[in-house]
Amino acid sequence: MTFARRAWAVAWKDVLVERRSKETVNALLFFALLLLFVFQFALGPDRERLGQVLPGLLWLGFILSGLLALGRTFLVERENDCWEALVSTPGDKSAIYVGKLLGNLLLIFSVEALVLLLFVVFFDVDITHALPALTLVIALGTLGLSAVGTLFAAMTAGVRARELLFPVLLLPVQVPVLLGAVKATEAALAGEPLSAVAQWIKLLVSADVVYVVIGILTFDFVLEG
Amino acid sequence: MIADPIVRVSGLRKVFGRTLVLDGVTLDVRPGEAVALLGPNGAGKTTLLKIVATLTRPTRGTVTVAGADTVKDAEAVRRLVGLVAHGAYVYDDLTALENLRFWTTFGGRRLAERDLRSALGDVELESSADERVRTFSHGMKRRLGLARLALTEPRVVLLDEPFAALDERARKWLEEYLRTVKARGGAAVMATHGFGRDLDVADRIAVLASGRIALDRPRDGLALEELGRLYALATEEAS
Repeated sequence: MTFARRAWAVAWKDVLVERRSKETVNALLFFALLLLFVFQFALGPDRERLGQVLPGLLWLGFILSGLLALGRTFLVERENDCWEALVSTPGDKSAIYVGKLLGNLLLIFSVEALVLLLFVVFFDVDITHALPALTLVIALGTLGLSAVGTLFAAMTAGVRARELLFPVLLLPVQVPVLLGAVKATEAALAGEPLSAVAQWIKLLVSADVVYVVIGILTFDFVLEG
Repeated sequence: MIADPIVRVSGLRKVFGRTLVLDGVTLDVRPGEAVALLGPNGAGKTTLLKIVATLTRPTRGTVTVAGADTVKDAEAVRRLVGLVAHGAYVYDDLTALENLRFWTTFGGRRLAERDLRSALGDVELESSADERVRTFSHGMKRRLGLARLALTEPRVVLLDEPFAALDERARKWLEEYLRTVKARGGAAVMATHGFGRDLDVADRIAVLASGRIALDRPRDGLALEELGRLYALATEEAS
């Protein structure tokens, strides 16, 4: 119970800080908008081509904005040296990981919902038929992205070249999540049932479970190291 | 009978890269005692406090708090120790009240709002309880950091420049708080540069210079002029 309360306290604090400062969310929305403009110009009006690349573009947008958001996860803790107080407070440190992960998920989901809406508007695509399946795939993909991203953000928080090191570490590990998410999104947008891409969904679920468990088990070492 | 030390630092050595910061520091702090740690900039005062608080690992030597080793049993030490270093450990985009609520909940305690407001009242921040910390002065942030520390009720209080930026009322509150900690069998280690009133609450003076304890003696009966002379001598000899 204490673990859950501690994790929730971290998530609540992060959401409150972000809601007030709006530092990350404003930057992400602006970035997503720019990305969409670039895609729009690059692809032009060719709808057939668009249908083929849309799942990849969507996840490119999610991953790039996710990288920006996740990289900033622990910046708030540098304010007034709060990081030191987090470390020196007794109790299971993995509660910090779970709390940070929850906060990141809330932030990234909100941005992804908006990016999805902008995709619909910019590319004039109808996703209403695919929405339930798409929501599930996005949730699974985002969990995998955030689980590793939160851990790596903690690992690189104290490193001078963290802006460089963070994506270099994160992207290779994200390959299974990206593959599974793009394939499943492609099926969902084509109106196919998710059972048709069950192997990719299984890959996504497995990656999520493995990444979250590794995050919880290793966070203490990351923090104390 | 003299009580066993609550903080025991033995042969402590700390090296950052090629820089030797602490070189064989030995220091005991007994229950009911406040030690003022003096020393020039870069002497290693903050590093020593952070090692006792389990935030930094020693390169060699041991530090124990109430018998618990800061490396092997860090969690036990963390339950006993409270630190306020250079940062006040507060979030600028939360209000003062939200900061205290977060830190007490994260520390595994559930306190009623009136208790949190009362803690803010102790450091003269009650009227600013619902204001964002971003609008606070440096001194107000320090006071909030001290209120956070007091709420955790540590047995050993570690303070880095505790009186810096504090106004007269906050200074008196802190002196009173440290006396309370001592009276209930706790101890305090304060790193400071101040030779004047900063030392009023101290029972012992330890001078850290060139990574070593160059002087360690009781505060009682030590006039400021004499202390200044001893300090100059100790730091000169050490360098």
